[in-house]
Amino acid sequence: MNAPLNPKKLIKGGLHDWEVVIGMEIHAQVTSRSKLFSGASTAFGGEPNAHVSLVDAAMPGMLPVINAECVAQAVRTGLGLKAKINLRSVFDRKNYFYPDLPQGYQISQYKDPIVGEGEVLVDLPEGESITVGIERLHLEQDAGKSLHDQAPNQSFVDLNRSGVALMEIVSRPDLRSSEEAKAYVTKLRTILRYLGTCDGDMEKGNLRADVNVSVRRPGEPLGTRCEIKNVNSIRFIGQAIETEARRQIAIIEDGGTIVQETRLFDPGKGETRSMRSKEEAHDYRYFPDPDLLPLEFDQAFVDGLAAGLPELPDAKKARFVADFGLSPYDAGVLVAERASADFYEAVAKGRDGKAAANWVINELFGRLNKEGLSIDESPVSADQLGAIIDLIGEGTISGKIAKDLFEIVWTEGGDPRAVVEARGMKQVTDTGAIEAAVDQIIAQNPDKVAQAKEKPTLLGWFVGQTMKATGGKANPAAVNALLKAKLGIE
Amino acid sequence: MSELNELSLAEARDGLKAKRFSARELTQAHITAVERARALNAYILETPERALAMADASDAKIAAGAARPLEGLPLGIKDLFCTEGTKTTAGSKILENFTPHYESAVSANLWRDGAVMLGKLNLDEFAMGSSNETSAYGNVISPWRRTVDRVVSDAPIVPGGSSGGSAAAVAAHLCLGATATDTGGSIRQPAAFTGTVGIKPTYGRCSRWGTVAFASSLDQAGPIARTVRDCAILLGSMSGSDARDTTCADLPVPDFEAAVTRGVKGLTIGIPKEYRVDGMPAEIQRLWDQGAAWLKDAGATIKEISLPHTQYALPAYYIVAPAEASSNLARYDGVRYGLRVPANDIVGLYEKTRAAGFGREVKRRIMIGTYVLSAGYYDAYYVRAQKIRTLIKRDFEAAYAAGVDAILTPATPSAAFGIGEKASADPVEMYLNDVFTVTVNMAGLPGISVPAGLDAQGLPLGLQLIGRPFDEETLFAASQVIEDAAGRVSLPKPWWA
Repeated sequence: MNAPLNPKKLIKGGLHDWEVVIGMEIHAQVTSRSKLFSGASTAFGGEPNAHVSLVDAAMPGMLPVINAECVAQAVRTGLGLKAKINLRSVFDRKNYFYPDLPQGYQISQYKDPIVGEGEVLVDLPEGESITVGIERLHLEQDAGKSLHDQAPNQSFVDLNRSGVALMEIVSRPDLRSSEEAKAYVTKLRTILRYLGTCDGDMEKGNLRADVNVSVRRPGEPLGTRCEIKNVNSIRFIGQAIETEARRQIAIIEDGGTIVQETRLFDPGKGETRSMRSKEEAHDYRYFPDPDLLPLEFDQAFVDGLAAGLPELPDAKKARFVADFGLSPYDAGVLVAERASADFYEAVAKGRDGKAAANWVINELFGRLNKEGLSIDESPVSADQLGAIIDLIGEGTISGKIAKDLFEIVWTEGGDPRAVVEARGMKQVTDTGAIEAAVDQIIAQNPDKVAQAKEKPTLLGWFVGQTMKATGGKANPAAVNALLKAKLGIE
Repeated sequence: MSELNELSLAEARDGLKAKRFSARELTQAHITAVERARALNAYILETPERALAMADASDAKIAAGAARPLEGLPLGIKDLFCTEGTKTTAGSKILENFTPHYESAVSANLWRDGAVMLGKLNLDEFAMGSSNETSAYGNVISPWRRTVDRVVSDAPIVPGGSSGGSAAAVAAHLCLGATATDTGGSIRQPAAFTGTVGIKPTYGRCSRWGTVAFASSLDQAGPIARTVRDCAILLGSMSGSDARDTTCADLPVPDFEAAVTRGVKGLTIGIPKEYRVDGMPAEIQRLWDQGAAWLKDAGATIKEISLPHTQYALPAYYIVAPAEASSNLARYDGVRYGLRVPANDIVGLYEKTRAAGFGREVKRRIMIGTYVLSAGYYDAYYVRAQKIRTLIKRDFEAAYAAGVDAILTPATPSAAFGIGEKASADPVEMYLNDVFTVTVNMAGLPGISVPAGLDAQGLPLGLQLIGRPFDEETLFAASQVIEDAAGRVSLPKPWWA
């Protein structure tokens, strides 16, 4: 499934080169109004325990009822991962005691998940792409939150998150570097956001990763893995993998062995720390939840959801390359966010696709990044940007003037065409006016004229002078043609 | 007419309708009886003020000509059903001061139909027990007593369990009927021990929402009453679909009362040979034969059948039920509600709270359940028990497919025993009480226990009828035949009052 071993991906140890092997479990909060098994709201940021139903608080005699929208979201996600959708799946109880786990068990899916095997195509920066296998996706309840900093001798519990639906997406150990891991999470996040099944907001903890890391000498069997729990940013995922891989390499090269355990990444100290070893691992006593019947639906339900899926990033990228003549790289940049891709398409519609891509990627994204704005917050609309590109295409303004125009529209707004009219930014195409300017410059610079006959590159100097003289509004093609003729340059 | 509390539920209903007495009078008669019978310890909590307020509301409805099906009929509620604003203990110390903010689906259905709540009835802790001796609120004493050599013994007798408070209260006329629950026999065994009628309907007939869970795949609510008709009336109100319980069947509720007089003509009644267990007392066998004869006389065909996996039901049940219980009872952790014993850290809080809050039998079952679900034991115990469960279900399906309409068995292997007699024994001896009843829970079928006679010491004995899924109507029809033939058993003199 993977490309042949790339020596650049290996990590140099003191003695050998090492290959790092990574698999991921991503916990993605399902976008839904209410929780997986109760009607309580999933809204973020409420007062502690404001969004807690009797079911979420595990009051005696309360029973879970599956939220159909969460099921639909899991199926949509499965379809987006090109995965097998299981028409019958089972909810199990994962039993353990914790104060923010009111039932004393988490309802999860153990043996029979709702989604089976799938795959994600991941593009890497150098143009390479890899396919990462998805082992499964299952639905489960989130836990609440323990607050240890509210009182000296007590901990408080906030159950607002208790029972919120999560999708756990388990990858195969197909990743071979921290770069690949980061690219995988980024791509998965893009797919989830396209589907609208998870907002991917890692700051709010709506997407978090458990990262399984092991190292081996190339060609050898898999090493013992450690699981780094709950890493909550893409940057930290990269750092955690690098740190953990180097820790393992150092141990093995020192003659030690890796102990299978769960570890935590401390970004402040740049280290991973042991949380619990395999021996201390909980015995979760999984068994089918007798309060819930097996989850069953028919193929027509799946087909209906499939029909309603949006175009996904891979398909969109391929279409942008085919229809707009974009490079795969540019297409990849544009489809990374659905909103960006939509913006681009609105700009490119009926126009030159490459020109539109250049403007969107270089001017617009550049400016947005500088200001820290998202595409939805762009002060320049797709219509406005399209109008600027039209003005260039018609020859009404030059590319240089267009950048000024973009700046005006960005800061002041307005219809670009009207701005060009009002501010006299129109390009001069009247050859007479340009000729007058050219003649003047030739007359004033006889030495340069003489040199130009020997050294045709001096043409650029004459062009610059002419543009300056015309306030940048002269049509550069006309200027070029006139100068060449008058200076006798072929 | 004798005291109002000695009427059957159907008679009381008709009396109210005919305005021969008021709901307040009927309720007051019960309140007085309950107060006089505290020696039985049938009620954990009496709610006389609420009862009278509900009775007055019923009298207003009756006066307005708007009487509902159970208008003004005083009932007892097993303290496993959550009652809004009224303490609900599940017979456990861990819920000693727990007052729910919600009403269980089953009790809410009864109030919707106009019934009156007299109070909360005693039970084995979390419904785990067969004698009511595991209650944290003291054991219930049966109104029945042994008669030895024509002398009534004053040795106290168990009412059975876990719905011992329900059965004793019904038998002693401390309510017209009661709610109960049955996970392995907890309705049928106490009904048999107290000369009352108890039906565990098909799994899914009554909503489990708001009933404290013991073993979710087995728990089912049902009524205990003094007659088959009364049970049919109560079940009609208790049943019904409920979107809050996804295991509750989305089926219309039949007119159970109409089925009571249907008779058994043309029906085939199966007699499973595997229920003829070793060491079964001769009087139980005689009772069983007598029951078959009564049904035959009424026009049924009697057919011997085989339910080959019966012998595995009890061990399998005592794996499945504790497994589910160990998980269901994890929520009683001292963190959010119920008992909390302070400690220095969270593990200490769990340990101290649960050590103090749960009784011996509950702890035993939590440990068994935890063990059978543990890594390395799960396949050997839980998975095999589930396979047995499937085989038991198939046994019944085969019998019904071969034309059997209902199955007749004894309800219990013996009559009630004395308090303390089995308390110190091997717990398995207590578990053996459930040998005829657990198969029904494992298969999710309806089962009814109906009084059929007395043993040599004058204690009641019951017969069990097992039906097809969601065919409680046939059980009511056949039980009525037995009730008519056996005659209603009359209680000993009320020694407790």
